[in-house]
Amino acid sequence: MKILAMVKRVVDPEVKVKLTGDAQLDPSILDYKLNYFDEYSVEEAVRLKESGAASEIVVVCIGSGDAQKEIRTALAMGADRGILVETDEADRLDSLTKAKLLAKVVEREEPGMVLMGKLAVDSESNAVGQMLAALTGFAQGTFAFKCEVDGDTVTVGREVDGGTSDVKLTLPAVVTADLRLNEPRYASLPGIMKAKKKPLEVIDPDDLDADIDLDEPAIEILGYELPPQREAGEIVDSVDALIDRLKNKAKVL
Amino acid sequence: MSTILVVAEQLGGELKSATLPTIGFAKQAAAATGGEVVVLVLGSGASGAAEAASRFGASRVLYVDGAQYADYLAENYAPAVVEVAKSVGATVVCAPSTTTGKDFLPRVAALLDAGFVSDAIDVAEVDGDVVYKRPIWSGNLIARVTSHTDITAVTVRTTAFEAPAEGAAVSVETISVSSGAATNAAFVSFDQVKTDRPPLTDADVVIAGGRGLKSGEAFGMLEELADKLGAAVGASRAAVDSGYAPNDWQIGQTGKIIAPNLYIGVAISGAIQHLAGMKASKVIVAINKDPEAPIFQVSDFGLVEDAFKAVPELTSKL
Repeated sequence: MKILAMVKRVVDPEVKVKLTGDAQLDPSILDYKLNYFDEYSVEEAVRLKESGAASEIVVVCIGSGDAQKEIRTALAMGADRGILVETDEADRLDSLTKAKLLAKVVEREEPGMVLMGKLAVDSESNAVGQMLAALTGFAQGTFAFKCEVDGDTVTVGREVDGGTSDVKLTLPAVVTADLRLNEPRYASLPGIMKAKKKPLEVIDPDDLDADIDLDEPAIEILGYELPPQREAGEIVDSVDALIDRLKNKAKVL
Repeated sequence: MSTILVVAEQLGGELKSATLPTIGFAKQAAAATGGEVVVLVLGSGASGAAEAASRFGASRVLYVDGAQYADYLAENYAPAVVEVAKSVGATVVCAPSTTTGKDFLPRVAALLDAGFVSDAIDVAEVDGDVVYKRPIWSGNLIARVTSHTDITAVTVRTTAFEAPAEGAAVSVETISVSSGAATNAAFVSFDQVKTDRPPLTDADVVIAGGRGLKSGEAFGMLEELADKLGAAVGASRAAVDSGYAPNDWQIGQTGKIIAPNLYIGVAISGAIQHLAGMKASKVIVAINKDPEAPIFQVSDFGLVEDAFKAVPELTSKL
C-alpha cells in the first residue's frame, strides 16, 4: 500500500504578532516550521511501513520553494520521496482550493491511505482532510488516536466530544492525526543524510489542471486584527482572600 | 434573500446545547444579509430533538429520520445535508464547532463547492461583503475573511454567540432524502466518558489542572473541589500528554474552547495554546507556586501557592 503524507510549512503561532498599517501581517515577524500535527501523521505512516502494512510513503506539500525544507524533515523521519506543489501564494489559499489541488495529486498517485495532521497550527481550519475525502470519494477518519490496518480496512479510533469513537473504513481512506496517535521520532543523523538524496519532485499547480483560481481563492483574507487583551488582575495572599474576592468582588460564588 | 441552514447536533434524541448559539449565529447572519433561518435535524427516532430546536426563532425546522443517522457518521451525514441545503436554497450552511461539526461540515462544503469558514466568532455585512471573523494562530490573531462562492459553510465557535431567547414553536416538518448509508465506512462504537459532572463546554465553573500536579491521582483533589462547586474538571494539554487526565478533558487550541463564569487553573503555567481555550472565561483564577507563570498575566485573581496546600484548603472552606 502506498501512503500519501500531507505536510504543511506553517507560521510558528507563538511569534509576537505585528500588523502593518493596512491590517496585514508584518512579514518580518514570520518564522516557519513543519506543522507539528503532521509530525504525528508522518510518524504513523513510517510505523505502518515498518509493520509491513505500507510499502511506500510519499510526502506531499503545497508551499513555496522554501517548503522543501519541511519535506526533507519528513523524508528524514523515514518517508521515501517528496512532491512539492510549488506556489508563493500558499499562505493565502483556503482549504477548498488546497483540497482540490491535493485531490489531483491523489488521482495521480492512487494511494491506499492519505495521512495528515488534523489541523495546521497557523490557519487552524481543520478542513482539508475532510474535503479531500469528499472530493476523492475516500472514507474519512478524523482526529485519530488509533489507526489499525487490517487487509483492506482500517479501524480508526477518534477523539470526540464526550469520549472516543471507533469507525471502520474500507481503504482507500483519509486519516487525520490527533496527538495521542503516537510519539513522533526525532530524525536521526543518518536519516537526515539519506533524506538529502531522496527524490523530490516539484510540480507547478497549473499542471494539475484543478478547478481553481489561485488569484481568487474561495475564501479571501481581507485583513487581520489583534484579539482583545486581558489585563493581569490582583495577586491575593491567601485562600481566605481569594474566597473573599470571588464572593464579594467578582460575585461568582 | 439568504437562507441560513443550521445543522443541529443531537445525541440519542436529545438536542445538544451547542446547537443554540449556532442558531444565534445564524440569526445574526440572516439579519446581516436579509434572510431566514432553517434548522435541520438528522436522527433515528429523534424528533424530540427537532421539537426542542423549534422554539428559537427559526422559520422552519426540518427533520430527517433514518436508521443510518442513529449513530453519527460523516459519510452518512454529509450527503443528506448536501441534499437538504440544495433543496432549501441555502446560502450558508452552518454547524457548531464541535468534533461532530468539524468532521462532517468540511465534507459538505467540498460536495457543495462551498468556501469554508472555520470557527467563526462574528459575522456582519461590511460594504456589501459578508465578513466573518475567526481566530487563528492559537488565538493570537483574528482574521477577517469573506467568501466568493455561492454557498458558504461555517462552523461556529459556540462561546462567541448567545443562545436565542425561547419563543413560540414552529411546527416540525418531517422530510425525506434520497441518500442512503455509506458502503465504505461504518460506525463501530462510542465510548462515552461517564461522569455526573456537567460537560466542560456547558459548565458555569471549570477547575482545570496542569502538569504541575505531577500525577493522575492529584486530579482527585480537583474533583473534590469540583463536586463542591458543581463544576466540570479540565486539563492542560501538558497534563493530558503526561497521562494525568483523559483527552476529553483537554482545554485549549487542540482541545475544547470554554467560556465559563469562573475558571480556576491549578498548577497550569498558561501556555499560549491553553490560553486560547479559556481566555474568554468571565473570571479567571490562577493557583500556581511559580509567580512567573504566564497564566497570572491573564488572571483576575492569582494565588501564588502550592496546589497541594491551596486546593484542599479552598475545598474545606467553601
